[in-house]
Amino acid sequence: MTSQSISKSTTRKGGTDWSAYASQFGALGVLIIICIIFAVIEPAFVSPINLFNVLRQVSIYGLLALGMTFVILTGGIDLSVGSLLALSGLVAAAVYKGGTGLLSAGTAGQAAGFGLWPAIGAAILVGILGGLLQGSVVSWLKVPPFIVTLGGLTAFRGLALLFSSGQPISTFTDEYKFWGQGMIGPVPVPVIIFLSFAVLAFIILRYTRYGRHVYAVGGNPEAARLSGLKVNNVVLSVYVITGFFAGLSGFLLSSRLNSAEQVAGVGYELTVIAGVVIGGTSLFGGEGGIFGTVIGILLIGVLSNGLTLMNVSPYIQQILVGLIIVFAVFLDQLIKRRR
Amino acid sequence: MDKHSALLWMEDVSKSFPGVQALQNVSLHVGAGEILGLIGQNGAGKSTLMKILSGVYMPDSGEILLGGEPIQIHNPHHAQELGISIIYQELNLMPNLSVMENIFVGREPGLPLFVSRSKLERQTRAILDRMRMHLRPTALVRSLSVAEQQMVEIAKAISRDVRVLIMDEPTSALSETEVETLFDIIRQLRDSGVAVIFISHRLEEVLHICDRVTVLRDGANAGDVAVKATSREELIRMMVGRPLDQFFHRDSHLDESGNSADTVLEARGISRRGTALNPDAVVLDNVSLALKRGEILGLAGLVGAGRTELARVIFGADKRSSGEIWIEGRPAKIQSPVDAIKHGIGLVPEDRKGQGLILKLAVRVNMTLANLDKLSSLDFVQQGAERRVVDDYIQRFEIRTPSPEQRVVNLSGGNQQKVVISKWLMLNPKILIMDEPTRGIDVGAKSEIYELMHELASQGISIIMISSEFPELIAMCDRIICLAEGRVTGEVTREEATLETLMHYCTLREQVVASEEGSAAA
Repeated sequence: MTSQSISKSTTRKGGTDWSAYASQFGALGVLIIICIIFAVIEPAFVSPINLFNVLRQVSIYGLLALGMTFVILTGGIDLSVGSLLALSGLVAAAVYKGGTGLLSAGTAGQAAGFGLWPAIGAAILVGILGGLLQGSVVSWLKVPPFIVTLGGLTAFRGLALLFSSGQPISTFTDEYKFWGQGMIGPVPVPVIIFLSFAVLAFIILRYTRYGRHVYAVGGNPEAARLSGLKVNNVVLSVYVITGFFAGLSGFLLSSRLNSAEQVAGVGYELTVIAGVVIGGTSLFGGEGGIFGTVIGILLIGVLSNGLTLMNVSPYIQQILVGLIIVFAVFLDQLIKRRR
Repeated sequence: MDKHSALLWMEDVSKSFPGVQALQNVSLHVGAGEILGLIGQNGAGKSTLMKILSGVYMPDSGEILLGGEPIQIHNPHHAQELGISIIYQELNLMPNLSVMENIFVGREPGLPLFVSRSKLERQTRAILDRMRMHLRPTALVRSLSVAEQQMVEIAKAISRDVRVLIMDEPTSALSETEVETLFDIIRQLRDSGVAVIFISHRLEEVLHICDRVTVLRDGANAGDVAVKATSREELIRMMVGRPLDQFFHRDSHLDESGNSADTVLEARGISRRGTALNPDAVVLDNVSLALKRGEILGLAGLVGAGRTELARVIFGADKRSSGEIWIEGRPAKIQSPVDAIKHGIGLVPEDRKGQGLILKLAVRVNMTLANLDKLSSLDFVQQGAERRVVDDYIQRFEIRTPSPEQRVVNLSGGNQQKVVISKWLMLNPKILIMDEPTRGIDVGAKSEIYELMHELASQGISIIMISSEFPELIAMCDRIICLAEGRVTGEVTREEATLETLMHYCTLREQVVASEEGSAAA
């Protein structure tokens, strides 16, 4: 026990423990520094319109990252979210339009299918079933999650192609498009959805028994088992959660783009994992949280937005994003070593 | 034998670790063509001494001579260059490579980058033939039995022109016939002039194969005798040696009518087969025991006796092949820790850091982990209630932590153990299984843990205590059951318990047990 840790913890006795967030502060520091740099160089960056724009751009990544945080906290990984998103988006569109393919349902503005809520429900159901399947294989058959969800990455994409015969399903009515494109006051709807779920996920992980179990299973599965936790059920559940978010995001992305496509969400899993890891959640499990994930995802969004405003070539943007991912994680480990 | 005629001569070797004097002025010597037995209780310093010889640790002081020349062993690689090889209990082979590739790994014959397989096979065959080992050089190590894998390790040592071969518990995973084969090989090594150091808990084997025995106790020399001039009883006396003055004795936890007290837990005919290494190994063989209310029952045994395995099976952490567990006179269906906890059983595991705690998480989270059901409503953990109960336990057990939010990893061993114990006490258990509860804990915290255990027993909690330290068991327990190789070999009451009786029962082997039973019957 160092004297440093003693003074730090005793000052906060009885209240929130900020040291629990320490692993998530590295990314916050980088985010603030980058925001200041952008604000100085390009004042347009800090306009409310642009800031909401950033939030809207990251809201899909953000939703996926919320689920991914649960999975990574248990020491797992889910590579299938992008593919599952595409499949759910197509299912939502098909249910809404009453069939697949461009010609299946009349023109824009006409809902020949089963209505909006069944469409959303179907998308989420597909996501949950996909997560249930993968989670069962991980928890009961003990196949490593990397392998299971790598299989899912390929298989769900194939299923999406098969389901839609390779054709996108496009042009929806306003009620459908509202969820991805609409605004409530100055705030884009997907942003409201993202932030609401972020708060919900934060509360679950921080204040519920289930949240404790997620951290415990990721921190030390054997100790968790010997403490009477149903480790397999917890592991299964986190894949269902990523599946839920993949399903919801699939619907939202189809609404935002006014088209459900087989190629939607390609490569999203890597961006999402990057955001979660930048936010200080340990790939070994048991450490991190939603606060950091939101910061990490914002960091990725702010970078690409700011650099675009500054007319930096997209090629160079990719290089910079790559460097910052490594730098943020390095900074995070530096902080942890100090403690 | 003197300094210059012995092949290996260690004199006044000392080694300390933070808080522990592991070795104090230990001397050991072995001549070319001699088999030396090295024995001692768990923690006597055998492993530390061997790790110094194999270059894992540097001694703090002392002299080591090899072939009359003073040497310093810098690292394991250097030890091998000097001709000192060690074969650990956990074998160090690459399972997916062949026998010959394992033997010559890092020293493959042929051009750089290109291995000459024919040469490799020829050289391997030469060694195997010389030692009369029936192995195919191209067989995958993965496909071999434990005994055969051990042969590969020995062949590897021979290929490096071994002069001193150390074998740590080499027979623990072998069958009778395999042991004989191994002994033949060891004798061949001896006859070819290799000095062999044979470490074992099995005194019969030591008396059978060795020429001389060195005994360690509490990190110091406790005896050095020729096998011809000693007996099993004398070796046991040398191993346990110390008088029992450092512990206080106290009254039994049981009432005067000790025998009529209720039986809380009963294990009937528990057997378990199969380890990771060997699916046929007998881990537990028809073990039965009964635990009374408010009793501290000790489980004594040497490494591999099955104490921890028994604890884990009772707690439902491992499966049993057969046997029943009865709680308070009724059969209990315990298949998992969840079931055990429902029946009021708690387990304080041997590996505190690996199995008892989630080191990254806070003291508070660790303490309430098994008890969240009671502390939650609608799945929300009641922060205030949790806080109060955690603060209460921190005060009651004087857990020294700056705050309940401190990560457990930063606490000392004793305080970590109190966190684990608190976790179970919150559940009001009827039975607490404590596996090496004082391991790695400093003296002050140890006596606090002892006090706590007495207090729990007087409150009517029954405790199964596992410990490698016999004096601790004798001081704490109302009754002690001795295990050896997965079988119950003896049971002693607190009045009968002495270091000698415990060591006697814990070193009994199967045939010995059988023959004793036979002679008792006759």
